[in-house]
Amino acid sequence: MPALAALACSLLLATAATGDTAPGQAPALMRPASPTKAPDPNGFLQRWLLLEPIRVPIRSNAELTDSFVQAAIKKEYFPSQFTVIPHDGDKVTVGDAELAWHAVDTGDYNVNLFHFAVDLGKPTFNVVFWAVTIVNCPREMPNVRLAVGSNSASIWWVNGREVIDLYGDRHMIVDDGVSKRLTLHKGPNIVRCAVINSPGLSNMCARFLDAEDKPLKGFTVSVGEVGK
Amino acid sequence: MRYSLPAAVLTLASLAFALDGQVVIHDPSTIMLCNGKFYTYGTGGSSLVSDDGWTWRRGVTPPRRGMAPDIIHIGDRYYMYIAANIGAQPKAAINMIWSKTLDPDSPDYKWEEGGVVASSDGVEDCNAIDPGLFLDPNDGRLWLVYGSYFGYIRLVQLDPKTGRRVNPIDQPRNIAINCEASVMIYHDGWYYLLATHGSCCRGADSGYNIRAGRARKVTGPFLDNSGLDMLQGGGKLVVGSGGRVIGAGHFGLLDLGDGVQKFSMHFEADLDRGGASVLDIRPLLWKDGWPVAGENLKEGTYEIESVRTGTALELAVEGVPVGGRRAGRGGGGAGIGGPVGPGGGRGVPGATGDPGQAGAAGGRGATGEPGGRAAQGTGAGAAGAGPGRGMFGGTGSPIPPQDVAQVSTNWPASNVDVRMSNYLCQAQQKWAITAVANAGGYPGSPYFKITIAGTDRTLAASEDGELVVLPAFTGGPEQLWRIDQLADGSWRIMPKSIPNSKEALALSAVGSSFATLAKFDPKSEKQRWLLKTP
Repeated sequence: MPALAALACSLLLATAATGDTAPGQAPALMRPASPTKAPDPNGFLQRWLLLEPIRVPIRSNAELTDSFVQAAIKKEYFPSQFTVIPHDGDKVTVGDAELAWHAVDTGDYNVNLFHFAVDLGKPTFNVVFWAVTIVNCPREMPNVRLAVGSNSASIWWVNGREVIDLYGDRHMIVDDGVSKRLTLHKGPNIVRCAVINSPGLSNMCARFLDAEDKPLKGFTVSVGEVGK
Repeated sequence: MRYSLPAAVLTLASLAFALDGQVVIHDPSTIMLCNGKFYTYGTGGSSLVSDDGWTWRRGVTPPRRGMAPDIIHIGDRYYMYIAANIGAQPKAAINMIWSKTLDPDSPDYKWEEGGVVASSDGVEDCNAIDPGLFLDPNDGRLWLVYGSYFGYIRLVQLDPKTGRRVNPIDQPRNIAINCEASVMIYHDGWYYLLATHGSCCRGADSGYNIRAGRARKVTGPFLDNSGLDMLQGGGKLVVGSGGRVIGAGHFGLLDLGDGVQKFSMHFEADLDRGGASVLDIRPLLWKDGWPVAGENLKEGTYEIESVRTGTALELAVEGVPVGGRRAGRGGGGAGIGGPVGPGGGRGVPGATGDPGQAGAAGGRGATGEPGGRAAQGTGAGAAGAGPGRGMFGGTGSPIPPQDVAQVSTNWPASNVDVRMSNYLCQAQQKWAITAVANAGGYPGSPYFKITIAGTDRTLAASEDGELVVLPAFTGGPEQLWRIDQLADGSWRIMPKSIPNSKEALALSAVGSSFATLAKFDPKSEKQRWLLKTP
């Protein structure tokens, strides 16, 4: 783990400046350089607002049962945590810690939360990561599904409705959890998630699927103004 | 069950899921679907009709009686071919009649005579009975195979526009010997000749069994799996006797579309029906390029596993490991705790992740920290291995199956979602599949209800085309399931209907961990399920 952490730390800083990822190296998180971003060719959402990790007491990933995850994630850590649409640089207070929201683009299909925490010098294990993004639809998009993967457990909301719960000690698998059919409204739609993990890599990925279970496209993703 | 035999016989019949209703027939034709009803015709003018393919009743006798008719639908005509001895065996002839409908209530129901299409003179090595029709999907040519044990099975070409011989003076081609009730089908580049071997008409002493050979050309040669030509008596077994039925004969393909194939036949003796000759319908499977008889679903408790994901359908509730949660990994006293006690032995973790409170009978204990420090949960491991057995040593005694009555105490009483997960032998992953009486069915089977074993919690289709588990079975059509075996042996699972929808949807994996209802795609594994005995 220490070796991984050191590698990640150096990589993130380097790639954030250049926007490049060397072959074989871990995917980078970068600051958004444009107002909006289309999903990648496979439909993955690559732009997110990430809150610095919240420390939670977990003894092992075996703890991540349905009821534990529900309780641990749905505890109110900061005001309006289920409704807030944060901005890059916003800060919240959790216990005696002040945590900031960071706008990021990922160069890969997934968001590497472990590297995110390492880069910031924050705890990487026994933590909850909160993430929010805004999906802007040019028209109403019915009969779509949110499809996600996470390491480890996670809960996902779309426009305030809880749509996916992934429990247990999980690896991130594309389309591991898929919501029931839902409708994306014309205009902004809020996707929110919280990922909880004990020791190990933390990451997550998300995309929408159309009625044929094909990657949904034709929308953009934004996180508001960056670097205010 | 409407079959009018004594109660004891009824019970056996329901377990075996023989077709329901009046099913006595000998030498049934290929089953035809006409105006939403299923029809088959047998020797001696018998006929059966069914609204759903499960419950059958007596039909109307066609105007020409004879032996072992077969029937085919081409264009706007149903052509029926019927054999009769016209002298001492093997002097016989096959006549054709046709009608625009099989429904006697239709104004179009009128049979026209089409004449003799094949015959045997009583001396030649053929007995012109047991016609079988085949419309070649590759070129639209229509073929008739016929014959019995007296000599050869023969092939002649018919005109699909008239049902008559293309050229009456053409010499029939010999394609098999020492069998009868032949018929041809096409599958994946091969022509298959299916014929019945063994003896008929001796009740429970009948050795009838259906066998197949295959060829690249419609004219043969038809070789079996060992390379033996059917002209030399070859034939790979498709279906024979088994269970409580004896003597399978007269194969007839019932193609239901979307890659779902079944076949009809008769058994010479159904022991549960007093040894009567009865109609049956089975799934048609394909294995290594050969047709194999599948099984209609039997009642039981199953793991329902997605072929696509390998994960199992489960009630979306928090599972409890069989034998209870494992205690800490670090200490010498680690082991597997006893069963969760009634009333919620499983701890309820606090929001801050405090260790759960273990139940009185040994509930979930805390697990060890990565560093190996012993856990501090209380009660954990009380029924476990004890000191010295170690984390892989087990308890030293068999762990009983999970008691659903115990682990379900924390399950919500209301509707619950379904999801999929790795199968861990837990109660919320075991489904009882039970036939529902007087609820109708589909070709070969009755409708089933699917409940969590040991409970009445019932899988149902919901209004939004998704899935839900209801607290109890109430008999609604959204709670009835059609379960068809597919060609690879997996199963398609479909609700009888979906609330406020006319769509026919099937249970479908979506992603790794969720299930939904979706249109059946025969090319996809999403709607294919394995039913495994837990």
